Amino acid sequence: METMLSLDQVCFSYHTVGGETLALSDITFSVDCGEFAAIVGPSGCGKSTLLSLICGLIKPESGKIRMAGRQDNTPANGIGYMLQKDHLFEWRSVYDNILLGLEIQKKLTEQNLERIDRMLKTYGLSSFAQMKPSALSGGMKQRAALIRTLALDPDLLLLDEPFSALDYQTRLEVADDIGTIIRQEGKTAILVTHDLSEAISMADRIIILSHRPGTVKQVLTVSFPAEYDTPLKKRNAEEFSRYFNLIWKELKSHG
Amino acid sequence: MDKLSAAQVKYLRDRDFHRKKVILCRAALLLLILAAWEGAARTGLINSFIFSSPVRIAVTAWEMALDGSLWLHLGVTLAETLLSFLAVTFFGLLIAILLWLFPSAAEVMEPYLVMLNSLPKSALAPLLIVWLGNNVKTVIVAAVSVAVFGSVITLHTGFREIDSDKIKLIYSLGGSKKDVMFKVIVPGSVPMLVSNMKVNVGLCLVGVIIGEFLSAKAGLGYLIIYASQTFKMDWMLMSIVILCLMSTLLYQGIHMLEKKYDR
Repeated sequence: METMLSLDQVCFSYHTVGGETLALSDITFSVDCGEFAAIVGPSGCGKSTLLSLICGLIKPESGKIRMAGRQDNTPANGIGYMLQKDHLFEWRSVYDNILLGLEIQKKLTEQNLERIDRMLKTYGLSSFAQMKPSALSGGMKQRAALIRTLALDPDLLLLDEPFSALDYQTRLEVADDIGTIIRQEGKTAILVTHDLSEAISMADRIIILSHRPGTVKQVLTVSFPAEYDTPLKKRNAEEFSRYFNLIWKELKSHG
Repeated sequence: MDKLSAAQVKYLRDRDFHRKKVILCRAALLLLILAAWEGAARTGLINSFIFSSPVRIAVTAWEMALDGSLWLHLGVTLAETLLSFLAVTFFGLLIAILLWLFPSAAEVMEPYLVMLNSLPKSALAPLLIVWLGNNVKTVIVAAVSVAVFGSVITLHTGFREIDSDKIKLIYSLGGSKKDVMFKVIVPGSVPMLVSNMKVNVGLCLVGVIIGEFLSAKAGLGYLIIYASQTFKMDWMLMSIVILCLMSTLLYQGIHMLEKKYDR
């Protein structure tokens, strides 16, 4: 399969007056087209930093990040980034929030607007489009935020713990929802999470990072029998707990 | 419509009763003060030549309203206040935006802004007369100087407190610093801007009166100084009463604007 994204010996440090902190050290992995990858690791291992690097918001100190069909590492260029909270702007309607990216990129074409209308309809937000974000439930807000990200039709989606601000029940539903949407739209995605169950239930491949400085400890390919086709169903599969224990052990072993 | 429960009816009735009680007490307090003042003046407890009295103030206001001089002074003060208020709002926002766009410049300017903000602006007024002359320009500049520095500091601080993830969102969508400014910072700061305007309108009135004390030929500040020099205490107290009403109305005007925005 064609490679969408590859990282080659990427390093990154934070600088303060007090000194230099190596956040990521020698990160090397790749993600194939259409694949759903998850990055797990303890808090502070540089998971979010890694996404900012891939997005191009910050530059690596050394190493290379290559993406298929992208010459320069500028943000939004084929990459959609979904943050922890929905960050829908209260002074805009849901619809205008979704148009934000297209507005910035000056891509408010008829074709794009039609695609947004289709997504709004498919994902049950049509009748809420003209409302203010505060009128939406937590799950609907995340869906609106996803459509805002998908509006620019990115090839690669970066998800930075997009469900962590939701309560547990909503979280399961939204993860199921969004996982299904991403597969339907045929996107390549990288999910960052500290929730192992979430990673196992959503991803094809799991990249396990170590404590700071973050390095790749192991890359695990996850596969389930065909009947377990949604994140929620996968949680009931026998393989689920096997993978869980495997990753758990890997995270706990130091060095 | 559904029938309200007894408890809900009682709650609404109690609330309504409380509201009416507060309004009644406010009115009663005003009447009490006016009656005590008037009574003390009539019985000779206080010297009405020095302390004036509500009736004398009302008569003075009526006479000045009839000969038009009241409207002149009131109009001049109101116009100067509104003009300086618009200038403060415009320049406050403009400078705050520039400081946000150029953080290094903001860092350089910070001690100067703090100094100018805490400087008693009444000290500038005599200087302004020499520089700008004995005219309306001086009044406006004095009023602007009272409010503008605090406004810049408040707005700039507010801009910097906007959630950094919202800014990250704009950059991740391929936006520039200009997009951050006009899609997040400015629209996200509207509530703060309006509450800052509430403060500014009061400060502008302070500045206008300071300016009129020193360099004016009309306006309520001028009237107060003129009255004090000619010992017309009725004029002076009437001007103060009108200033009370004017400042309240200006504040309420912006408050209504704020409510409209909330909806």
